[in-house]
Amino acid sequence: METDDGQQAGAPVDGAMMDKNKVVRVKVLLFARARELVGRSQVDLAVKEGATTAECVAELTKQFPALEIMRNSVVVALNFDYVTEPVMVKEGDEMAIIPPISGG
Amino acid sequence: MEREAVKKMKEGKDDVLDIVDTTIDMGKYVDAVRDPGAGAISTFIGTTRDTFQNKEVIELQYEAYKPMAILELKKICTLARSKWSLIGIAVAHRLGTVPIGEESVFIAVSSVHRKDSLDACQFIIDELKARVPIWKKEVYSNGEVWKENAEFLQRAQVRS
Repeated sequence: METDDGQQAGAPVDGAMMDKNKVVRVKVLLFARARELVGRSQVDLAVKEGATTAECVAELTKQFPALEIMRNSVVVALNFDYVTEPVMVKEGDEMAIIPPISGG
Repeated sequence: MEREAVKKMKEGKDDVLDIVDTTIDMGKYVDAVRDPGAGAISTFIGTTRDTFQNKEVIELQYEAYKPMAILELKKICTLARSKWSLIGIAVAHRLGTVPIGEESVFIAVSSVHRKDSLDACQFIIDELKARVPIWKKEVYSNGEVWKENAEFLQRAQVRS
């Protein structure tokens, strides 16, 4: 669907509402080996508005390069749910880095 | 009153899901699923082993993402109830240092007939190992290793 000025409706509206300079803060929880590698169980991460969980992991790995070795084995949970594909994060979200689990 | 009783029986008992820092009181969880309408209570006890690939394990340390672990356990119970006719489900997982030979996880399921609770009990432990965010570190005399459940790794491949 197109509007009079030729712009597509939908996505650009969201884009217009997004301020590239605005940051959102996400609480990142680290467990098991990820916690030991980083040396902390929680990191408050500031990312650009519109950033996804995958971009948060990339930023976290940039800040804590020790995480690089497990980047391909961790999965992510956002607000207590596993995410199967990158999801946009919001201010105040709780993201967890879930290394391979071993309960039982 | 009578209608309430019938409704309660159809819905079963509330799930009892605990993550504890001390010894698991197994009797408490069996009693939680005990019911006059149940003809069977099936249980699974996971205990800590003293060896891994010929290495002597000194102790095991567990940690959890508690709120998510409880939510995942709740989802597993809902799934189990959709697959089998169950009355009560109780799951307890222990955290912290667990000495060798002690219980790390306990599951109790009750049903009218035994097949439902036996099958559900197996399903619940398999799902727990695949998706409940709990981690175990094995400490040896010459090092330590964070364990990885095969059930989780198989599912992670599907996820990515």
